[in-house]
Amino acid sequence: MGDMGDSRDDILGRMRRRLGRTAENATAGRAAIDAVLARRAQGPRPDVGQDLLARFIARAETAASTVDTVACLAEAPAAVARYLDAQKLPRAAVAWPELAGLDWAGAGLDVGCRAATGEDLTGITGVFCAVAETGSLMVLSGPETPASTSLLPETHIALVPASRIVAGMEEAWQLIRHAAGELPRAVNFISGPSRTGDIEQTLVLGAHGPYRVHIVVVSGQ
Amino acid sequence: MHFRARASAAAADRALQAKLSTAKALFVEGRRRAVAEIDLEATREASRAIRDTCVADLDLWLERFETEATRRGGQVLWARDGAEICRLVTEIARRHGVKKAIKSKSMLSEEAGLNAALEAAGVVPVETDLGEYILQINGNETPSHIIAPAIHKTKEEVAELFERVHGKPRKTEIGQMTREAREVLREHFLSADMGISGGNFLVAETGSVALVTNEGNGRMVTTLPRVHVVVTGVEKVIPTLEDLATLMRILPRSATGQVISNYFSLLTGTRRPGDSDGPEHLYFILVDNGRVDLLGGDFQPMLRCIRCAACLNHCPVYQTVGGHAYGWVYPGPMGSVLTPLFVGIENAVDLPQAATLCNQCGAVCPVKIPLPDLMRKLREQQMERGLRPPGERLLLALWGWLARHPRLYAPAARLGARYLKWLAGGGDRIRVLGLAPAWTEGRDFPAPQGRTFRELYAKRQGQ
Repeated sequence: MGDMGDSRDDILGRMRRRLGRTAENATAGRAAIDAVLARRAQGPRPDVGQDLLARFIARAETAASTVDTVACLAEAPAAVARYLDAQKLPRAAVAWPELAGLDWAGAGLDVGCRAATGEDLTGITGVFCAVAETGSLMVLSGPETPASTSLLPETHIALVPASRIVAGMEEAWQLIRHAAGELPRAVNFISGPSRTGDIEQTLVLGAHGPYRVHIVVVSGQ
Repeated sequence: MHFRARASAAAADRALQAKLSTAKALFVEGRRRAVAEIDLEATREASRAIRDTCVADLDLWLERFETEATRRGGQVLWARDGAEICRLVTEIARRHGVKKAIKSKSMLSEEAGLNAALEAAGVVPVETDLGEYILQINGNETPSHIIAPAIHKTKEEVAELFERVHGKPRKTEIGQMTREAREVLREHFLSADMGISGGNFLVAETGSVALVTNEGNGRMVTTLPRVHVVVTGVEKVIPTLEDLATLMRILPRSATGQVISNYFSLLTGTRRPGDSDGPEHLYFILVDNGRVDLLGGDFQPMLRCIRCAACLNHCPVYQTVGGHAYGWVYPGPMGSVLTPLFVGIENAVDLPQAATLCNQCGAVCPVKIPLPDLMRKLREQQMERGLRPPGERLLLALWGWLARHPRLYAPAARLGARYLKWLAGGGDRIRVLGLAPAWTEGRDFPAPQGRTFRELYAKRQGQ
């Protein structure tokens, strides 16, 4: 890419000329950028009410996800088994390594804790948090939480601790900044099964990603 | 063929009209419902301000984005035009030994004609957005809508195309066709070496690209191959994650009437130590291709555009003629402004005229771009550069001269009103307008009652 630098200099140079850039106003402009980035001002936000759990469930269902609730994380494998049986799906799945500690075999499930391949029919994930405003799951990529698990299988089951439901995307960003510091490679907000309307604007669920998204809300510890 | 000829053919195409009106009802009604639950005007104003902040100091924001993206393992490249996009992408493909590239929808790839360049370089490009895929396998047809590219196709046309190209039994249901395309494309997702995507936003704070899709193809393209190339316009940068949250409240609502798109991904840097998926190489190609020339001039507001297509969906002209009539990548009101600015005013003379200036586009624009004003500005420039037909220029020069001479204007207007009344022959419509016959080719001209406003006003004052 020999003359790559030329293009950069040419593009930025023409921008500077058109915007009347000088050394002085560049210094002031960079300071203004630092101020904007430090302020992190929020825009207008819709009222999502006090009951974030109820709002999250209602919005997730609007986005064509199904929702079940269990009292504690230990009950999650049984809830997953119930769902797979009800859908007449095989009792086999791939899950996030992060969830390897749960007693999947005890619930009669054959669960491999690794990244998903094109062969896996069901993928089980947790969430980093969930967003009440839009009923979205927020998942972060990482060694214990591969991105493919919520993408390649036809069915995605997500375990969502009620304590991790936040009001809006702004709170989700705050959580990441405090917990992780640096962003992971991929942050994904998932709002229901994949879909397309590209043929005659007719909505079809299950485009390239999952056909079904099932959420198991864990209300206690 | 020029806009006029294409538009006339499209306006007479009943099947196209039916498809456009179904889509219009869905998009317009969907948007109306989705914006009802937010403070729309406050959110539009906040979105405009976010975009203006970056456009006004675009050089500095891009430097910041470049620093942050590079710090996290991305490589930032710059392209002046479509040819340079093609050169950079094919060079990246060659360096990494790429045989197949999967693509999620990118309008810049259309601007550059990237697929042809990839093929010439021995790389198989596969469009993975269902609509784009349909067009690609139909002999590389061009999109007719920026977010619903195959809006002009019926399911029967798609069924026939799939039967021919996939060699499988013909399907009748849209669900079955979607499943068939999913299976065909899944193979490509799992075997491609390179993913090419556009970018909805570039976040300066974190050096990330934000991508929205519904089908999940955007996630596939940016998760599975070992190389990811983001091709995006230089104007797409925004400051913070909070600004992203604000814009994500208005973009899906304006585009498809969704509260949020199915998948919204924020991608930062390459695969991390221990990660089992994600690209090992990430490139950003930041593209000018005419955008820089809009800075600091009358058309700078156009750089706020977030490509939602609300202006297409609400435009009576787009709804009548469809996207192909506009002749280039961007149709509808945003296209009528962008196309002349990108390809040259003299090469798209009809487009700024292809509007009623009804301002439905301006009223729904999520970043408050005054589209009718910009079209009017382009019309002025056409006039100044002598690009309008001599008859039109003469007529307007005459009118301008008369308007500056009120004593002559009044009798001329009286004469005109009486002439038109006479032309209607006692009826209330004029079938052929003598001085401007083109105007009455597809419609009648309403006949005036024979007296001018001034005459009526003077009479009223006298009573």
